[in-house]
Amino acid sequence: MEFVVISLLNGITYGLLLFMLSSGLTLIFSMMGVLNFAHAGFYMLGAYFAYQISSWVGFWPGLLVAPLLVGVVGAMIERYGLRLAHKFGHVAELLFTFGLAFLVEEVVRLIWGNSSVDYPIPAELDGTLFTLFSTDFPIYKGFMMLISVGMLVALYGLLTRTRIGLIIQAALTKPDMVEALGHNVPRIFMLVFGGGTALAGLAGVIGGNAFITEPSMAAAVGSIVFVVVVVGGLGSLGGAFVASLLIGCIQTFSVALSISVTDVFALVGIALPQGSQISRLTITQLAPVLPYILMVGILIFRPRGLMGARES
Amino acid sequence: MSDERSTPMLQITDLHAYYGKSHVLHGVNLHVGQGEIVCLLGRNGVGRSTTAKAVMGQVAARGAIRLKGQDILGRKAYEIARCGIGYVPEDRSIFPDLTVKQNLMLGMKDAKAVGRWSFDDMYALFPRLKERENTPGGVLSGGEQQMLTLCRTLMGDPDLIMIDEPTEGLAPKIVEQVGQFLLEIRKRGISILLIEQKLAIALDISERLYLMGHGRIVFEGTPDDLKNNAAIRKEWLEV
Repeated sequence: MEFVVISLLNGITYGLLLFMLSSGLTLIFSMMGVLNFAHAGFYMLGAYFAYQISSWVGFWPGLLVAPLLVGVVGAMIERYGLRLAHKFGHVAELLFTFGLAFLVEEVVRLIWGNSSVDYPIPAELDGTLFTLFSTDFPIYKGFMMLISVGMLVALYGLLTRTRIGLIIQAALTKPDMVEALGHNVPRIFMLVFGGGTALAGLAGVIGGNAFITEPSMAAAVGSIVFVVVVVGGLGSLGGAFVASLLIGCIQTFSVALSISVTDVFALVGIALPQGSQISRLTITQLAPVLPYILMVGILIFRPRGLMGARES
Repeated sequence: MSDERSTPMLQITDLHAYYGKSHVLHGVNLHVGQGEIVCLLGRNGVGRSTTAKAVMGQVAARGAIRLKGQDILGRKAYEIARCGIGYVPEDRSIFPDLTVKQNLMLGMKDAKAVGRWSFDDMYALFPRLKERENTPGGVLSGGEQQMLTLCRTLMGDPDLIMIDEPTEGLAPKIVEQVGQFLLEIRKRGISILLIEQKLAIALDISERLYLMGHGRIVFEGTPDDLKNNAAIRKEWLEV
């Protein structure tokens, strides 16, 4: 019982963080048809910007300024980079974002060095929120949840309650028609790209000190975010939400489970040969692979993802 | 006849258009006078839809396109729309997940814009849209979707609307309703470029007609001219 509740809380915290990243990615994809390989790079930029700002003026200004700064960088990259690449088709756009991912990482290494930086959790948020059974639940995880849920509500409100949200929703499926009705779709693209990268930046701000801020953090989270988007269905916000929580929970539960593969197969009535390499593996050891197994399974049995609209 | 009260609403001169390397329009010339209904006829694939897309800035083109004397070729699609053109594409492009009302709202170029048309005008013209106000556009029938897309375009207060095959796949009664609707909006001073394949509605409501073949205009005249010219109909229109 204790294990389930704590793992669930951890899984949801991590899942919400994944959603902050994948929501931007999936919005950008469904509107512009661009799979932004550099998306996790903006997550990393958020963490480093927050580290830099917090070392000057403290954590709280960084929480606000760093995502905005990342969003501005993202919007500029869309306006003066991606938009030019767009004229040459999807391959050019993909290569552009692919190159951008490397560029971001190298720039981060040049400025902040190859090793991790000391981006600490602020003292006010360091400590125990509550103790459940015998496990402490840190304040900072609660804070991450609060920020994520707040972001979720704000995003939902923006998309469904405002005029610009209406235009964004329409442009998700039919950008040409929206533009023919007299709406400045190129500007909407820039705003969505900037907004999506700002969300990734925000995830970096609160994820960077919860985990580790280092130049490889983008690559580490980048592949998982793609799994989330594929599992949820390319272009589906709802799907990305469900998939984020699912993968967040799968990862936290499997890391903490010490049962072996043999036991799992025994549960479904399959006996593995004794003494083989595989039978001695534990679920914990398999944890990093599980999301990818899920993705491959989804691609085989339901290529459009859990809630995706298009086959691609 | 267009009496050339002043500069034409739309003047297309020597228009060439391209999809990638393929050359689709070969020097199209046509004009739509103020308050005129002009029909662009022709078989599928002769370049009628491309002509409309070129006006809308959605395909690469050269030549000259003037709206109320103002050069619009080479501008962005949303700027062209804001110059006063409404475009209803062949597939109607309803936003399927949004409600009827939201679709109409998106027709308005600005939230506060006061145009010739209000929601109530639209609902008065088509009471059915009022009934289905909160229904997602995607579940409407073909005829209802056609009404919705026409009304959505009107909400943007255009001076000229280009409508691509509005009657395609509709029952004869609905086709008649669409024709009545076009006559009704013309009364309010709106010019119409109607792209059609059905001769009946074209002869019925338009003042002048153009016939297209192989990316060129092959005939220009009044409905009576076309009625009396069986040879040209046979060569370029009938199947």
